[in-house]
Amino acid sequence: MQTFPEFISFKLGIYVEIFVEWLLDNFMGFFEVLNKVILFCLLKVDSFLHWLPWWVLVLLVFFLGWRYKNLKSGIFYAFSLSLIGVFGLWELTMSTLAIVLTSVALSLLLGLPIGIWMSYSAKVEVVVKPILDAMQTMPSFVYLIPAMMFFGLGMVPAVFATIVYALPPVIRLTNLGIKSVSREMVEAAYAFGSSSWQTLVKVQLPQALPTIMTGINQTTMMALSMVVIASMIGVKGLGYEVLAGIGRIEIAQAFDAGLSIVILAIIIDRITQGIADKYKIPEQ
Amino acid sequence: MSVKIKVENLTKIFGRNPKAVLKRLQKGESKETILKETGNTVGINNVSFEVKEEEIFVIMGLSGSGKSTLLRCLNLLNVPTAGNIYIDGSNIVEYKKKELREFRQKKVAMVFQHFGLFTHRTILGNVEYGLEIRDVPPEQRVEIARETLATVGLAGWEDKYPHQLSGGMCQRVGLARALANDPDILLMDEPFSALDPLIRREMQVELLDIQAKLKKTIVFITHDVNEAFKLGDRVAVMKEGEIEQIGTPEEILTHPVNDYITNFVQDVDKTKVLQAKHIMFKPGALVSIKDGPKVAIKEMKNAGISSVFVVDDQRRLCGLVTIDDALKASPKHQKLEDILLNDYFVTAPETYVEDLLPAASTAKYPLAVVDKHHKLLGIIVRVSVLSALVHETT
Repeated sequence: MQTFPEFISFKLGIYVEIFVEWLLDNFMGFFEVLNKVILFCLLKVDSFLHWLPWWVLVLLVFFLGWRYKNLKSGIFYAFSLSLIGVFGLWELTMSTLAIVLTSVALSLLLGLPIGIWMSYSAKVEVVVKPILDAMQTMPSFVYLIPAMMFFGLGMVPAVFATIVYALPPVIRLTNLGIKSVSREMVEAAYAFGSSSWQTLVKVQLPQALPTIMTGINQTTMMALSMVVIASMIGVKGLGYEVLAGIGRIEIAQAFDAGLSIVILAIIIDRITQGIADKYKIPEQ
Repeated sequence: MSVKIKVENLTKIFGRNPKAVLKRLQKGESKETILKETGNTVGINNVSFEVKEEEIFVIMGLSGSGKSTLLRCLNLLNVPTAGNIYIDGSNIVEYKKKELREFRQKKVAMVFQHFGLFTHRTILGNVEYGLEIRDVPPEQRVEIARETLATVGLAGWEDKYPHQLSGGMCQRVGLARALANDPDILLMDEPFSALDPLIRREMQVELLDIQAKLKKTIVFITHDVNEAFKLGDRVAVMKEGEIEQIGTPEEILTHPVNDYITNFVQDVDKTKVLQAKHIMFKPGALVSIKDGPKVAIKEMKNAGISSVFVVDDQRRLCGLVTIDDALKASPKHQKLEDILLNDYFVTAPETYVEDLLPAASTAKYPLAVVDKHHKLLGIIVRVSVLSALVHETT
């Protein structure tokens, strides 16, 4: 067998490591501020969710399910959520939910403007698209390493890694949604003397809303799946229970926590999908 | 009528680096060579024309002839590569962003082929849009929008959404949205092409009605010759980005400048374009009311006809005398007044040939064309009506 010639050897990873170290040396202040901001948001959401009586959340899920799906779904979601409490995993679920919600909120804050920018500029699209491809194909725990280097252990790097992982769908679908708005409609907006901003806010965003909602749904789902992986850097929550259960080969513990994650995923998915459907604009 | 829109040497080239391509085009290179070598498409090539105030100016051409591109230059949705567009004397090509927005908000409005309605807004919300952009206070714009919707016959549909309306109704909304801004100029991009024939005819008539009341300057795009000739005060025929001929429908129909135009207009139903004045001719014989039957007989004999129109000294039409009556009257020394007939058909010069057909096919005598003072302008015989159906009258 022919082996690849050894003298042609070049390792890229080392430069990435150097780059990350350079970032750390020169931008430590920036990361510390970022750390504080994320932590602040996260703790607010976390303490709110833990303060919230369990039955309020169950009722909320029931009403949302009823409003955006139907009565049967509402009852089913409320029952499933109660099941998590029955398993004794309510507190852990709230911690997980806090990370998911914070990550999703920050992802939208970042992703919507980037998506809009992409739809307006072909150059930005050329740059951003391969980055998004990389973000989606890279094994997700790879993000944990730089996240840990920048933010140490705990919830903040988990949020950071989750954002990196969950960001692409909302960017892609915002871009797609705005680009698919009918050309005539955009022309009509401009023909009546709208500025670019007015066209965006009054025509393009409302038209793209159903697609953007699908993006938000996808982002939420990916954030939820990332939370399990983020437990590898010591984040308390459902993911950690699963991980610990597998480590100790305690199937019962792993199963309850795993099922809770599935329940959470189903509820969030169906409700956000239901909201997205409500915004669908009937075709001509 | 004063000139509202004046377009001078307008050229639009799509693709990269249009200025360089423009130079090649001006050197006389063909559009095909340019497309092959640079990949640029020449949308419109050195087009000049004028549109008068309160006129319906129709731009007609096949798809790909550049008519939509040309229309979109008039509100700068397409920015021309070269040339000037003067509207009320000011060159819109030089407008800065703010001026352009103001111009679009106040002077010009557009109606689209596929309506371009905002599907997330109600009908009222659509019609309000232009006013909203102009910062008209909400109560006022609702009022204007409601009134405009009533003008196009859509009162009561304010709270519906576009998907709940039929195509014809949607285009009424499109028209109302444009009219609500009270623009001087209406740009209409094949507005009725997407509608079925019955609705299309209805909308054409309605547009003419609205135009009679509001008197806008309308630039109307269509690929349908019959529509162009029906609506247009003047028509421009475009081919491959250039204007082949501009003129009134009659001029184009009767004096096509080249074979392309001839081919283009051959399917036209000429009876819908030609009017009485286009096919009438000067009577070969005419008798004054003061003359006696003898003069009438002589006139008819000379012209070889069996009836003749009688006019007074103002050339106003008095009646008709037949050869039989004149021959009978002559020995009895009767006057012409005593033997005048009135059972002939009288028409105005603007009557379309289409409407003359029934009268022409049954009438015993020629049709008389008279102006509003009843002055005889000319006569139409059956054969001239029929020949108008077949080929050019000149």
